[in-house]
Amino acid sequence: MTRGKESMPTRRLVLGGIPATALLAASPIAMAQEKIYIPLISKGFQHQFWQAVKAGAEKAAAEYKVTISFEGPDNETMVDRQIDMLAAALAKKPTAIGFAALDSQAAIPLLQQAKSARIPVIAFDSGVESDIPVTTAATDNIAAAALAADKMAELIGGAGKVAVLVHDQTSRTGVDRRDGFVNRIKQAHPKIEIVAIEYGAGDHLKSTEITKAILQANPDLKGMFGANEGSAIGVANGAREMNRRLVIIGFDSGAAQKQAIRDGIMAGAITQNPVGIGYETVKAAVAAIKGEKVAPKIDTGFYYYDKSNLTDPRIAAVLYD
Amino acid sequence: MTAFPTRTLAAGAKVSGAGQKLLAFASLLILVVGFSLASPNFLQTSNIMAILQATSVNGVLAVAATLVIITGGIDLSVGTLMTFCAVICGVVLTWWGMPLPVGILAAILAGAACGLVSGTIIARMKIPPFIATLGMMLMLKGLALIISGTRPIYFNSTPGFTQIAQGSLVGMVIPQLPIPNGVLLLFAVAGFAAWILARTVLGRYTYAIGSNEEAIRLSGVNTDAWKIAVYALAGGICGIAGILIAARLNSAQPALGQGYELDAIAAVVIGGTSLSGGRGTVLGTLIGALIMSVLTNGLRILSVAPEWQTVVTGAIIIVAVYADQLRRRRG
Repeated sequence: MTRGKESMPTRRLVLGGIPATALLAASPIAMAQEKIYIPLISKGFQHQFWQAVKAGAEKAAAEYKVTISFEGPDNETMVDRQIDMLAAALAKKPTAIGFAALDSQAAIPLLQQAKSARIPVIAFDSGVESDIPVTTAATDNIAAAALAADKMAELIGGAGKVAVLVHDQTSRTGVDRRDGFVNRIKQAHPKIEIVAIEYGAGDHLKSTEITKAILQANPDLKGMFGANEGSAIGVANGAREMNRRLVIIGFDSGAAQKQAIRDGIMAGAITQNPVGIGYETVKAAVAAIKGEKVAPKIDTGFYYYDKSNLTDPRIAAVLYD
Repeated sequence: MTAFPTRTLAAGAKVSGAGQKLLAFASLLILVVGFSLASPNFLQTSNIMAILQATSVNGVLAVAATLVIITGGIDLSVGTLMTFCAVICGVVLTWWGMPLPVGILAAILAGAACGLVSGTIIARMKIPPFIATLGMMLMLKGLALIISGTRPIYFNSTPGFTQIAQGSLVGMVIPQLPIPNGVLLLFAVAGFAAWILARTVLGRYTYAIGSNEEAIRLSGVNTDAWKIAVYALAGGICGIAGILIAARLNSAQPALGQGYELDAIAAVVIGGTSLSGGRGTVLGTLIGALIMSVLTNGLRILSVAPEWQTVVTGAIIIVAVYADQLRRRRG
């Protein structure tokens, strides 16, 4: 059936200027007229962060009266599983697609397929190294981690030993946040020494154990940066179990991290705007479907928050439990 | 592609394939018909190709797991061994710039060598297969990360590499039927394994070891050597899976692989192979792998929430094995 549709180049040529919705409605297999369906293929769905992205996407879906679905693999190593999800999403003949690539290159053949079917692709969370996506709605992770480095320097008095706990060394966000933090320390705060960079897979327990080992090895450690929710909670747990006081800066939010900040165990954290990422993705998809102009990059923003501004409505709105 | 041994050595090595395969095939058919009725987007060439493509890697791993499971063993390392072989393939092709056949051979040999190690640990050091391959799973995961420098290795300098999985020889002849090459490779591997099981001495001993290892050992057969051979063969097949996934993703992803062994084992048991050994077929496994990917794809097409997809998949595994047991008790 798909073949049949694809072998109608003349018809598509005629309809070339008309947005994808019209094309879909015109095709005999479209189920309902003008029903806009936008599947979002995410990097995961279990973590609270992704649930917040989903919530943002659902909010936009309700506002623009479109249907969305939200799905991602069990963990961020499963590149091929995500590709299978993208293939299934394409089979549903969507009007547009939101995609947070685990590996850009692996997805190229399917993105090409989306392009030739005139399905606009919106990249979210991290970029897709390709010119196919109409736009990318994401956090500038390098700048966000640099802000964490500046806050760390400020709180430990510009000198001393610090350590970094990152979720993983292969993903874009892991690499960007690590490099953003480390490079900023090296360039702007030369008296601070980074004694360890470890990887805990974002797993609470693993990150706790790694933190305890780092604290054990460095009795004079002044601060630690946890580069995602799981890492940050692990650092806080480790410090609590070892009964050590140090400056802990986390990333993202979640109930446990917010509580740690309220309790004073953590100094503060960088938050992305996951709700905004989901919202902007769907909004950009709708704009692309209508044929409106979309900026090639949508910076969804980040903030530093601590005990003092935790309840600030502007901050509270982007935090999740 | 029937996988019946022409004659079995041990008395217990009865292979009751037909009934289970019929049952599994009927379940597959019911799923396909059900999903087709539920959504017009399911039964379309592009989606069927997507399902087949999604089956290829898990299918090949499941074939490898089938061989080991028939001996009464288990191989938890199939997923990370696949990744390890993909990384070796990347090192040979991308870093060393060797020609394509050398890379393919290196991946298969690396897989067979690792299988040989697993088999030796199990047969000679008398470590239970579960533990031996659990250890191998972790070692191979770590080695894949170490060798690759924890970064994906891309195959951009090897033109045509991705064609191994993504191209379509069939599609070049029959444009209406663009069956991906990866699927042909799966069928080839399955056919080869079925032939080994049905027509060779190695195959007969595979079943015999699984049904009564002690009996055939006492009859003078060097069971250790044969067991090692089975693990090495399964390892080589994991090497092919490594090439397949690398060609699919145009990269060797060093962090991937853990968790894939459970999907492979699930396909094997849905296909009617007994975890206690001595009984099972490659065709059954192939159907089992297809059931799993049809199920996953169909639930996605119906936009079932991902949480529920997992619940349903788990339930299907239990129902499939239970149905098989009921049939066996009656028959």
